[in-house]
Amino acid sequence: MKILVTAKRVVDYNVNIRVLADQSGVDLNNVKMSVNPFDEIAIEEAVRLKEAGKAEEVVVVSVGATQCQEQLRTALALGADRGILVETDEDMQPLAIAKVLKAVIDKESPKLVITGKQAIDGDNSQTGQMLAALAGLSQATFASEIELEEDSATVTREIDGGLETISVTLPAVVTTDLRLNEPRYASLPNIMKAKKKPIDVMSPADLGVDVAPRVKTLKVEPPAGRAAGIKVESVEELVDKLRNEAKVIS
Amino acid sequence: MSLLVVAEHDQNTIKVPTRVAVAAAQAIGGEIHLLVAGEGCQGAIDAAAQIEGVSKVLAVDHANYGHALAEEMSALIVSLAEGYTHILTATTTSGKNYMPRVAALLDVAQISDIMAVESADTFQRPIYAGNAIATVQSSDAVKVLTVRGTAFDPVSAEGGSASIEVREGPATAGLSSWVREDVVVLERPELTAASIIVSGGRGMQNGENFAMLESVADKLGAALGASRAAVDAGFVPNDMQVGQTGKIVAPDLYIAVGISGAIQHLAGMKDSKVIVAINKDEDAPIFQVADYGLVADLFKAVPELDGQL
Repeated sequence: MKILVTAKRVVDYNVNIRVLADQSGVDLNNVKMSVNPFDEIAIEEAVRLKEAGKAEEVVVVSVGATQCQEQLRTALALGADRGILVETDEDMQPLAIAKVLKAVIDKESPKLVITGKQAIDGDNSQTGQMLAALAGLSQATFASEIELEEDSATVTREIDGGLETISVTLPAVVTTDLRLNEPRYASLPNIMKAKKKPIDVMSPADLGVDVAPRVKTLKVEPPAGRAAGIKVESVEELVDKLRNEAKVIS
Repeated sequence: MSLLVVAEHDQNTIKVPTRVAVAAAQAIGGEIHLLVAGEGCQGAIDAAAQIEGVSKVLAVDHANYGHALAEEMSALIVSLAEGYTHILTATTTSGKNYMPRVAALLDVAQISDIMAVESADTFQRPIYAGNAIATVQSSDAVKVLTVRGTAFDPVSAEGGSASIEVREGPATAGLSSWVREDVVVLERPELTAASIIVSGGRGMQNGENFAMLESVADKLGAALGASRAAVDAGFVPNDMQVGQTGKIVAPDLYIAVGISGAIQHLAGMKDSKVIVAINKDEDAPIFQVADYGLVADLFKAVPELDGQL
């Protein structure tokens, strides 16, 4: 079975986000970029399924500027077999990315698609679900466990209040939650090997997809600040303040 | 304008985040309809008709909707979508699951997790874990929105008198099936509904030590939360996680114990009315947002706090 995974290029999770003074967005100059951490979990899961003999090939896709090649190389170093870059300088929104991925799966016919549950830049949490809808596939979002069979998958999902287990018919789209696995680090030999793995480059137009943005960002601002309060000296003082000043406990 | 809000419910009652979504619909303005789809959900349908500001309840009671599977819910909502300018639901794991499918099937964008309404097509939403707030404008004919559970005051559960219209959904998609649910039996309020939350972080050192917080939480009638660090370390289950990748909460009182205050945690709780931080590191970033900070060893301070409540 072939598994398709995604690798979105995002600002590294350790970077402190700075909003630009002209309110046009956040500062991306000289900022460390990485694979979206939830996509990294998706890549890891696919590679583990391959190592367990349940999949033959792991194909990784990235959609965006030419620099996304770096994230594809990272994914290849983690164990993916080949990469596809759908190259565009357009502001790619989830619906457009889902349409591009739909066109890719029409060509590749994977039996399972694994994506991150959200990207840590836009925090939209849409692409996997939209892809599943456009392709007419079943979906299992926020997965913390995947059991793969020949024609179905049993997936445990993180939901409000606990866990839900569902069974989906393959092909299906699964999106990853934090506890699905802990991604490995790429070893130096694997990083070297990854340089020789193939990456196909194509454009949204090659795939016949209209990627015009539907949503316009009018401005981006820093969040309203919250002033620090006071330090109390003792538990007694704390309880007194909560009872008599803030009046939040009785 | 007509707006369709999709309700989240347990077949008997409507959950609070749905009333927050109705409040967001009111801020947009127009006639508000509430869809209740479930199985054996007459109780929820009746409750929905009482909600303030709702003029009509669309009631769909069928085996296809008992577990709110994304394929079924999205097909149903799309079949009912005609005539609505806005389709909204709460940003819960359920809404996040089916709503993007609805948007894709309608060939429109979804605007996730709105926290303010500027006009019928312009909304504010958090990006980068709440480190930036984007004001975005949709050019689509139908606006598909999910609403942040802490962003609007919920409308009243009572006082409405909506008509109830029984509707039917399309044939089942048959793509997925529900197997089981392992819901943590809560003896305490749910995190997103609690007015007081006691949360523990990596400083708790292990899962057993959370018993100290449980005791405090029980005395306060509080929910129990945790930071991602505590979840990642395996101290507590993921559904207790407060933060960008967990639950977004805004209780009246949030007590952070042994939590350093990573950006991703602050993103989930900094709208709380009163924040208390107990941490032995006086430079911990949590103190920058805390109304009351106590620099102390939590293993001494928490039992002491417990004793004084």
